[in-house]
Amino acid sequence: MRARAMIRLLFMMGAITWLGLVFTDIVVLISIKNSLEPDIPVWLPKLLLNLFILSLFYYYKFKIEHDEVLNFIDLLWRVFATGLIATVISLALRLVSYLLGNTKLPSDVVYIDLVYLINIGLMISFLIMAFTAWKRLILYQKSKWLLRFWAFFEYGLLISLLYNSFNFPRIDWLYIAMLVTFLLTGLVLSGNMKWVAYLNFRQKWTGLLLLLLTIFYLLYGFYTSSDYAGIVEKTSPEFADYRDHVFILSLISFVTIYSVFSFLVILFNLPTTSVFEQKLEEVVNFQRISQSIQTEQSEESVYKILLETSVSSVFADAAWLEISSSEKKLYTYNITEKEAGDIIDHLNKHQVRGILDQGSDKTRNLSRYLSTLKNSRFRSILAFPIYVKNENIGILALLKELPDGFNREMTKIVSTFSNQAGISIENFRLMEEALQNERYKEELKIAKNVQKSLLPEILEKSDAFEIAAFSESADEVGGDYYDTLRISPEIVSLIIADVSGKGTTAAFHMSQMKGIFHSLAQDCIEPAEFLVKANQALVKCLERGSFISAIIFLVNTTTRTIRYARGGHCPVLYYHATTDQVEYFKDKGVALGMIRSNAYRNFARTEEFSFCPGDVMVLYTDGITEAKNAKGEEFGYDRLAAILAESKHLSAREIQDRIISTLYSFSESEGLDDDYTTMVIKFN
Amino acid sequence: MIHIKRLQEDGADVIAIIGEIDASSSIELDLAIAKSVGEGYEKILVDCSALEYISSAGLGVFMSYIDEFKDKKIAMVLYGMSDKVANTFQILGLDELLHIAKDKSEAKAMINELQV
Repeated sequence: MRARAMIRLLFMMGAITWLGLVFTDIVVLISIKNSLEPDIPVWLPKLLLNLFILSLFYYYKFKIEHDEVLNFIDLLWRVFATGLIATVISLALRLVSYLLGNTKLPSDVVYIDLVYLINIGLMISFLIMAFTAWKRLILYQKSKWLLRFWAFFEYGLLISLLYNSFNFPRIDWLYIAMLVTFLLTGLVLSGNMKWVAYLNFRQKWTGLLLLLLTIFYLLYGFYTSSDYAGIVEKTSPEFADYRDHVFILSLISFVTIYSVFSFLVILFNLPTTSVFEQKLEEVVNFQRISQSIQTEQSEESVYKILLETSVSSVFADAAWLEISSSEKKLYTYNITEKEAGDIIDHLNKHQVRGILDQGSDKTRNLSRYLSTLKNSRFRSILAFPIYVKNENIGILALLKELPDGFNREMTKIVSTFSNQAGISIENFRLMEEALQNERYKEELKIAKNVQKSLLPEILEKSDAFEIAAFSESADEVGGDYYDTLRISPEIVSLIIADVSGKGTTAAFHMSQMKGIFHSLAQDCIEPAEFLVKANQALVKCLERGSFISAIIFLVNTTTRTIRYARGGHCPVLYYHATTDQVEYFKDKGVALGMIRSNAYRNFARTEEFSFCPGDVMVLYTDGITEAKNAKGEEFGYDRLAAILAESKHLSAREIQDRIISTLYSFSESEGLDDDYTTMVIKFN
Repeated sequence: MIHIKRLQEDGADVIAIIGEIDASSSIELDLAIAKSVGEGYEKILVDCSALEYISSAGLGVFMSYIDEFKDKKIAMVLYGMSDKVANTFQILGLDELLHIAKDKSEAKAMINELQV
C-alpha cells in the first residue's frame, strides 16, 4: 500500500513539475521575446526540468524495479509501449501543426516551445522507463563489482543533474569529461547481456521486433526534439535546452547503445537457441527423474520417465528398458518387443560380452555390432546399465536409424539420467521399506492394545481376600499372564503364567493360555488335572523349545483352603501371619509344553494349604527375580522375600507398590529387560 | 557372551558352556548339541561349571532334545551347575526331566549307568 501511494505521489509530482516547467519556460521566453527582464530567475525552468526528471526517475524505479512479475519480454514490451505512446502523441502534434497550416499559430515561438516541452517530457519519460528496464536486464545476474559499477553510473547521473540545475558558468572540459565518462560507463555496462540466453526461440523473435521499434522511437524522439529545440533557440537563448544537458544526453546514448547491443546479441543468438533450450530441457528432465520419487509414483513410472527423457534428450528413434530385478520386464519406445528381442539375440549371438547382459558395468556404444544385423532399421545403439545399491537391475538401450548417431555429450547426459533413475528407485524402495516398518509398528500398537485387553481390568473380589496385580512388558507385547475367575460363590480360581521368550510369539501363546484357562477352569477341575489338560492342549501349538510356566489356584473362601498346582512357575512367596514367617513353597512341577506325552501326568501334583487372616501370597514372574542392576547382580529371591517381610502389614496394593518401586530403584534402567508381573493376595 | 568347547573323553562328548545363555546365544548351544548328535555320540556330558546364567530360551534348548534323546537312546548328563543355575532348572521342573550330576565323576558314572 505504501509503495502504491508513493508511486501516485511521484506521478503527481512529475505532472506538477512538468506544468511548472511549461509555465516558467514560456514566461521566460515571452519576456525575452519582448526584450524584457524576466520576473523569474532564468534558471528556474532548468531546476524544474531536473525536478521533473527526478520525479520520473523514482516513479519508474518504484514501478518497474520492484515488480517481481515482469519477465524479460514484459520489460521490453513496457519500454516499447511507452515509446509508442510518446511517438503517437508527438505525431499527433505534428498533424495538428500541419492542419493549422499557414495560420499564425504554428510559427509562433511560444507554441513551438510548448510542443517542444511536450515532446521533451514524453522523451524523458520514455528514456527513464528504458533506463530502469535496462537496469533490470543488466543486473539480472549480478556480481559485487557489477553492482558497484552500476551504482557509480546511476548516482553519477543523478549528481550531474545538479550541474544543470543552476546557471553555472559552462566549463567545457568538465562538461565533456562528464559526458565521456558516462558514455564509456554505459558502454561497459552494456556488455551484460546474460538475460538473452534465457529467451526461447519465440521470445527472441518478439524481443527483436520490440527492440527494433524501440530504437526507431529513440531516433524519432531525438530528431523531433532537436528540431524543435533549434527553432526555439533562434528566438531565445534561455530555455530548457536538453542538448547541453549531461543527464539527458548520457541517457540517450546509453539507452540507444544498450538497445542496439541487445538487438544484435539476440540476432546472433538466434541460431544457437535450440541448444540452450535443449540443455534447459535436460535439466528439467533430470529434475523430473529425481522428483518422481516424491510424488507417490511407482517404480514403473520412474522407468517410464527415464525412457521418455532419455529419448527426448538424445533424439533417439527408439529405445527399450529391460528390467530384471524380480521379473523380467521390457519397456519399449517406438520399437516392438520382437524387434528388441532380435537385437538382443543378435548381440548375444555375436558374443558381445557384458553389454546387454547383467555383467555390464558401464555405458557402451554398440553400434559396430549392429551393422551385421540384417533387416534392422537401426544403425546406432547405446546401452546403459542401471544400478540400485551396486546391483545391476536393468539395461537402457537407445537406438538411432542414423549411423554414428550418438555423440559424447549425449552419452554423458543419458548416463547421468540412468544413474539418477537408479538413485530414485533406491530411494523409492527405501521409502517403501520405511512405510512397511511404520505399518508394522502400527500393527504392533494394535497388538499391544489387544493384549492389554487380555489381562483382566477388574479382578475378582471377595470378603476373604484382597488382590492387586501389575504387569509391564519389555517389548510392545509381552508373554506374562494373570487372571482370576469366580467358579462358584465360594471358589475363585487364580492363575499366573509366563511364556518363554518375548515379543509377538510369546503374546500369541499368552492369548492361548487365556483361552485354556477360561475354558478349563470353568468346570472346577482339580489343579493338577488342569495342568495336564492345559499341557495336552499346548503341546500341539507350542514350537520346539517353547514352554509356559504357570501356577493355578482354587481358593475356597468357605473352608479357607487353597488347592494349587505349580507347572514350573516361580515358587509361591507366602507370609504366614500366625508364625510371622516368610517362605517360598517348595514343591515340584514341570512347565507346560516340556513333556509332549501323557507322561506329564506323573509330574503334576495338587498341593493344599489353609490360609489365615493376615496371610499374604505373592505371585510373580521370573522377570522380577532375574532383573539385573548395573553391576549385573540379580534382584533375586532374598530381596523379594525381604520386601514382603517388611511390608506384610500393608494392604495388597501397597505391598505390590513397594515391590515395584524397590525393583525399579534397584534396576535403575529406563527400559525393561523382561516382562514383569506380580499378583499380591492378602487374606482377611 | 558365550563360549562353547567340545572335547571327547572315554567315548563321551563333553560340551563345556562358558558364560551366559540368553535368547541369542541359545542358538549356539542348540548348534553344539545338534552337532554332537549328528556326529553320532550316544553319551553327551554337559559341563555347566562355568555357566553363569541361563534364560528360559536356553532351558528350552535342553528341553527340546528330551524326546529326541529318548528315541535315539542318547544319554545326556549335565554337571557342575552353580546353585543359582540349578535353581532355574528346578523351578521349571527340568531337573526331573534331565539327568543332573554334581561333578564330572558322578556324571560319568551316571552316564554309564544310563547306557546299560
